[in-house]
Amino acid sequence: MTIGDQIIPFSPVPDTELSAIAKQLRRDIVTMISTAGSGHPGGSLSAVEIITALYFKIMRHCPSEPGWIERDRFILSKGHAAPALYAALAESGYFPVSELATLRKLGSRLQGHADRTATPGVEMSSGSLGQGLSFGVGTALAAGLNNKKYRVYVLIGGGECNEGQVWEAAMSAYHFKLDNMVAFIDHNELQLDGTNHDIMNIEPLGEKWSAFGWHTIEIDGHNFNEILSSLEEAKNIKGQPTAIVAHTIKGKGISYMENKVEFHGKAPNPEETKKALQELA
Amino acid sequence: MSEIKKASMRDAYGKTLAELSVINKDIVVLDADLSKSTRTNLCADKFPDRFFNVGIAEQNMIGIAAGLAAAGKTVFASSFAVFAPGRCFDQMRLSVAQPSLNVKVVATHGGLTVGEDGASHQAIEDLALASVLPGFHVVVPADAVETAQVIRTAANIYGPFYIRLSRIDLPIVYQNDFQFILGKASLLCQGKDVTIIAIGVMIVAALNAAEQLQSENISCRVLNMSTLKPIDEQAIIAAARETGAIVTAEEHQENGGLGSMVARIVTRNKPVPMSFVAVKDSFGESGKPDELLKKYGLTASDIVREVYSVISRK
Ligand SMILES: Cc1ncc(C[n+]2csc(CCOP(=O)(O)OP(=O)(O)O)c2C)c(N)n1
Repeated sequence: MTIGDQIIPFSPVPDTELSAIAKQLRRDIVTMISTAGSGHPGGSLSAVEIITALYFKIMRHCPSEPGWIERDRFILSKGHAAPALYAALAESGYFPVSELATLRKLGSRLQGHADRTATPGVEMSSGSLGQGLSFGVGTALAAGLNNKKYRVYVLIGGGECNEGQVWEAAMSAYHFKLDNMVAFIDHNELQLDGTNHDIMNIEPLGEKWSAFGWHTIEIDGHNFNEILSSLEEAKNIKGQPTAIVAHTIKGKGISYMENKVEFHGKAPNPEETKKALQELA
Repeated sequence: MSEIKKASMRDAYGKTLAELSVINKDIVVLDADLSKSTRTNLCADKFPDRFFNVGIAEQNMIGIAAGLAAAGKTVFASSFAVFAPGRCFDQMRLSVAQPSLNVKVVATHGGLTVGEDGASHQAIEDLALASVLPGFHVVVPADAVETAQVIRTAANIYGPFYIRLSRIDLPIVYQNDFQFILGKASLLCQGKDVTIIAIGVMIVAALNAAEQLQSENISCRVLNMSTLKPIDEQAIIAAARETGAIVTAEEHQENGGLGSMVARIVTRNKPVPMSFVAVKDSFGESGKPDELLKKYGLTASDIVREVYSVISRK
């Protein structure tokens, strides 16, 4: 909100409300992907608690002033999970919730993958995996140069960690001592063609981030207490960035999607949508 | 023409960057372990707090550049032209071009004249790669004087730039009072029978060809088309109308380079005979710059031959 020239940041919700918000985001995600007829439900649903905690509790941001210079930045590197971000942006007030129905349609502000030029509140254009952490490093370096206190949160997929650029960026964030940045790894153990284990083994993932110099925390990525306490811990880490390896379930919250690689990039049909919304009632 | 003074475009780049950084506090410079070669070190030594060496990681460099630019910085990011755009095309595409961020990719060691390092280090595809990206300005200065002007222009005009510099020192073509204008070709020699449109290293070859042809009673117009994008359509159309034949000359693949860009405008507006002096779909190899230019058909005599060819087809 703004009053005159003054920016009033989004008021964090009580912890007890986070679960209900997460459920609402899941309903939004299913509905919008179903309406669009295409999209990526699995990796959108696995990231819901992380994104809910950031937008409704942790980040200083102002939905009516998306460009507020002091805002904390959330960078969605796994751009195919855009529906989760769009749901959070709409529900926190960046644009009307009704606009979610335009996802992937010609002329919509809600493009198939996150688009900085199209959507209020989207920091970076993504969809080509591997690029977000570098953008985050640049954003975090700029905070130092501009004497800004904002923090930078980047969300990366587990499969995305196959990309070499992720590790170039990881090396550089440590080298530049970026303690104002956090990388969440949405570790749902599935990628597009199959399991991480079968396609390209990324383990031991936590040890890799530690070995790259990051303060590394492993959590249950659907448990708000663990998400919130890991973020508090990250705020107190000095001289190094923090990686939060969030163990998640792809398709979380919808029984027939959970741990199913088929729902990486497939919209539910009308019957499946009905069932999903019943489960999320 | 032969005995003119030469100067380093790379030094001009580094010095200009350092000068600009004094007044423009938003300039940030990135390099990928080549700062001694690209000469970003000339600026980095003076402004270490605004210089980041990201190591041998060009993809990460462009991503970092985009993040800095999104937070209001004017970012210069340098490497060799084979590596940027070669190694980070996708990052230039999605992290920089699509959101139209204020990132200047300044690549040195463009073209065959890299010399002895051979094919791996000779960028002859970079202009095609950069030019195909929507919103990118693409500039190839012809000498150190123009380089300094181009860098100043890039710092002052918002948006993505790709600027290609040479490793070798090039003959000085311009006086110090020269004023580079983005998107405007500069007329180096007036003529009526044919126009030679050249860039970079090929400018001096074009001037030498024009001089020789003058003695054979052929009057050549010579244009330096240093801005490839947005290209100077008016100058090209005027050349076609007024001289009736065009030869392009570039140290780049024929596919997707200056020649194809000029041809597109000529065919649409005023079709005239054209010919192309460029690398013909091959890689380079080790050798001295002059030997390579000769072997790959990028000399004044190659331009002369093509001028006779287009004139015969008028
Ligand atoms: C550079 C690049 N290569 C391939 C793809 C196609 N792709 C989209 S999502 C995906 C799998 C991503 O897996 P992960 O990062 O684990 O995401 P999640 O499982 O959380 O959805 C692939 C291969 C892409 N978008 N970008």
